[in-house]
Amino acid sequence: MSENLLEVSGLEKHFPITKGLFRRQVGAVRAVDGIDLQVRSGETLGLVGESGCGKSTTGRLFTRILEPTAGKIVFDGKDISHKSFSQMRPLRRDVQMIFQDPYSSLNPRHTVGSIIAAPLQIQSIPTPQGLKKAVQELLELVGLNPEHYNRYPHEFSGGQRQRIGIARALALRPKMIVADEPVSALDVSIQAQVVNLLDDLQREFDLTYVFIAHDLSVVRHISDRVAVMYLGKVVEIAERDELYKNPRHPYTVALMSAVPVPDPARRDRAQRERVLLTGDVPSPINPPSGCRFRTRCWKAQDICATEEPPLVTRLEDPESHQTACHFPIVEDEQVVGRRPASTPA
Amino acid sequence: MVAYLIRRLINAVVTLLVVTLVTFGVFFLVPKATGSDPALLYIGKQADPVAVEGIRTKLGLNDPIIVQYWKFLKGIVAGRDYANGPDITHCSAPCLGYTFKTNQEVWPILIHALPVTVSLAIGAAIIWVLMGVIFGVISALRRGSIWDRSVMTIALAGVSLPIYFTGLLALTIFVYGLEWLPNADYTPFFDNPVKWFTGLLMPWVTLAFLFAATYARLTRANMLETLGEDYIRTARAKGLKERTVIGKHGLRSGLTPLVTVFGLDLGALLGGAILTEAVFNLRGLGYWALNGIRTNDLPTILGVTLFAAFFIVIMNLIVDLLYGVIDPRVRLG
Amino acid sequence: MSKERPYLEVKDLTIRFETDDGIVQAVSGSSFTLEKGQTLGIVGESGSGKSVTSLGVLGLHRTRSNAKVTGEIWLDDEELITATDEKVRLLRGGKMAMIFQDPLSAMHPYFTVGSQIVEAYRVHHPGVNKKVARERAIDMLARVGIPQPERRFHDYAHQFSGGMRQRAMIAMALVNDPQLLIADEPTTALDVTVQAQILDLIRDLQEEFGSAVIMITHDLGVVAELADEVLVMYGGKIIEKGPALDVFQQPQHPYTWGLLGSMPRLDRDVRDRLTPVKGTPPSLINLPDGCAFHPRCPYAGRNGNRSFTDVPLLRDAGLGGPHLVACHLPPEERTKIFQQEVLPNL
Repeated sequence: MSENLLEVSGLEKHFPITKGLFRRQVGAVRAVDGIDLQVRSGETLGLVGESGCGKSTTGRLFTRILEPTAGKIVFDGKDISHKSFSQMRPLRRDVQMIFQDPYSSLNPRHTVGSIIAAPLQIQSIPTPQGLKKAVQELLELVGLNPEHYNRYPHEFSGGQRQRIGIARALALRPKMIVADEPVSALDVSIQAQVVNLLDDLQREFDLTYVFIAHDLSVVRHISDRVAVMYLGKVVEIAERDELYKNPRHPYTVALMSAVPVPDPARRDRAQRERVLLTGDVPSPINPPSGCRFRTRCWKAQDICATEEPPLVTRLEDPESHQTACHFPIVEDEQVVGRRPASTPA
Repeated sequence: MVAYLIRRLINAVVTLLVVTLVTFGVFFLVPKATGSDPALLYIGKQADPVAVEGIRTKLGLNDPIIVQYWKFLKGIVAGRDYANGPDITHCSAPCLGYTFKTNQEVWPILIHALPVTVSLAIGAAIIWVLMGVIFGVISALRRGSIWDRSVMTIALAGVSLPIYFTGLLALTIFVYGLEWLPNADYTPFFDNPVKWFTGLLMPWVTLAFLFAATYARLTRANMLETLGEDYIRTARAKGLKERTVIGKHGLRSGLTPLVTVFGLDLGALLGGAILTEAVFNLRGLGYWALNGIRTNDLPTILGVTLFAAFFIVIMNLIVDLLYGVIDPRVRLG
Repeated sequence: MSKERPYLEVKDLTIRFETDDGIVQAVSGSSFTLEKGQTLGIVGESGSGKSVTSLGVLGLHRTRSNAKVTGEIWLDDEELITATDEKVRLLRGGKMAMIFQDPLSAMHPYFTVGSQIVEAYRVHHPGVNKKVARERAIDMLARVGIPQPERRFHDYAHQFSGGMRQRAMIAMALVNDPQLLIADEPTTALDVTVQAQILDLIRDLQEEFGSAVIMITHDLGVVAELADEVLVMYGGKIIEKGPALDVFQQPQHPYTWGLLGSMPRLDRDVRDRLTPVKGTPPSLINLPDGCAFHPRCPYAGRNGNRSFTDVPLLRDAGLGGPHLVACHLPPEERTKIFQQEVLPNL
């Protein structure tokens, strides 16, 4: 097993909510509420979950764009949990981020050349053949015309803009790239191009990826390991094939069964087998006691409300497969597709 | 909502305090720095040193600046006594001091001038809002048409032309040339509403022209943005009449940004429309401000500045509260 | 004749916009039909003309002075393109209704959700008083699965969760029992578990009301879930059309192959690489000559270079069914390529 490039333990990020005349804190959005994860060198870790599960916040904590409320972030053997902005600067070379929206993450007033050159200049990286040549090489690397270095972001299509974002992230030859929904704003055919590009770059530069997405199929395609998040916690984590073949957590099962299958012949079966979750994700301000998924779980019992299930490996699973559930799905369990009640709770 | 209101009120009071501090500082420290003595301004250059010293004591100019400021604030809130031994002059609250030249209390002068400025500002505001919104909305609905282009050209002219040009032009044409209107003049509304109206019509229109131009451009831009919103498409998809789509769904959000601008503009104008009042010789706050500047009369300038600041802060507060009423996202967010 | 007309028939629909940059050829010669109780899926990427088509059916381009719409749209034996504005307005939200992609921006932020539903009801039921309309709105909110509808009636769109908001939007669209429901990417902004709920709701409501549904989406999975018939659009044209099962099992157009190849699928083994379409979608102002897809098509040169000059017509794919395709490749060659080169990579 390869060594861990990034390790987090007990990671929490709470955003305070203030109220009243004196803006006293009345609560907190517990966006990330105690997660332990390791990212192995050279792997792609997929973080998947629905909106509000804390996956984006987790990504921002990994890159230390946000400072954790509690817990520890160790990158490449160094504790970076509470490093200041300037202390982080040398480390920014090693960790880069790609964002979802290729429209708003590029400054419209800067040329593509200066956008990609900026990290090189800020970090004072020597460019033997000149900055322009370095930028052009990067453009070529991500499949853009190197002659276009002096064009502006609006002159590019969405997919090309995402490539610019990737080139910018690659400029410093980082060890790790955290990609937050990098393809969800793109058209299907363009999505695949960008996914393939990320694949190629990983091979070429030995990159470690944390790939954050809500699309389970894309996550499955690109990841080596996948962590499923729900309300600020990791509820299940495993090697990719293991997770998709033997999901243990009822939420993972529900999530997977909800993905529409592009095969009309399987339509009826898919619908029959689908676990329809009722209601909405509870508020992260006031998450349910015990297991957070229990309010929407068809297997929930009394213990789920009182005791929080730890993230552990079950006897019959490989060691890398961990589930946080009191009543995990067992082999060949008939998951009864539940139709939603007329008024979801 | 109550907490929000209280916070806004405290905010307003603090802002006003800062304004008094800054203006007080500027008006009473600058003369010191430049070597001119407020006491001399009061009494005249040839006064004998004893009298000057007497005035100085009476005005409290020998006190430390903090004490002077405190007395000034106290005067506004509770009134103050100017005393030089037995020579006591009581200035009742709200006291802004005495004018240098005529030795009158500043507050009554300004209060007396206020109706003129209020009449001018409110009248003009009604005209410019109506004109600006109507022309802006029609322009937005007929974007690119001859109408749109002409209105926007005229609006550009309106924004660019200074009021002493349009004002004098209007005077020359309508008063002296065509003799359609009497010369601008202020008659209190309750004395004679008709004369009040005719006397102010010209200043209103002149002042409104400038603002209507800005508002037409602003309205057009806001409406165009709103009409491109998804919820306008939804309104049409529901089968609503175009009149309802524009009049109810469009205007409601298209005009909201105007509230902010309008509040600030009106607030600023209530502090005195200096140019307009000067051009039409109306004795409002702007007239007194100009007069104060011309004669180096610090208490008057300070008074008008505080009035202006007060109105801007109040209008700002009203705008903020109005937003809570208009936009549920502000109220409930 | 009129008795045999389908419930919705669109014939040779062409929509173009005159802009400062040139003429946008948003939809070119689209034809399709739809019966009550059936679902038509329209698939395509951004700029393919799928949304413009649906807005055209609803007559929403009438308010845009730069739009030019030609062709015929027959809804329940009435032609809509030549009809008066007033007539189309009364059909809109009545006989035909629409659900939009992002319910947060598609609902007015300053009016309560309830009042917006009431408004939709009363415009088509002028005699009805407020109280009755209110009851109807609450009824609809309950029907689409919104808990505590009396209370939620008074809430604003931003106070709803994404899924509940889309339910409210559906309630608003269905308040007048439309016979044609157009859903434009109704689940794109939603999470996958909520998407499943909404698709389920649309399916149930369609069963209940027997309405015709047009489902516009970029997500082939969503289409496969709901559609009886599928249209694939590219560059403003329908390039493939057929029963859902046929289109998914024997796709005929290289672009459809590309779409399927671009999608990682949970129901298949993980592929080493995706097989995307190269390049980017064309500009609708400056469509390529001949087949609009030819610059991205790996097989464009295979048929005597006709792809570069002639626009392929939508015609029988040669499979002996109602499956149509607009491609210059001869049927046998298409089948061969699909079997040998495409299918192994899907």
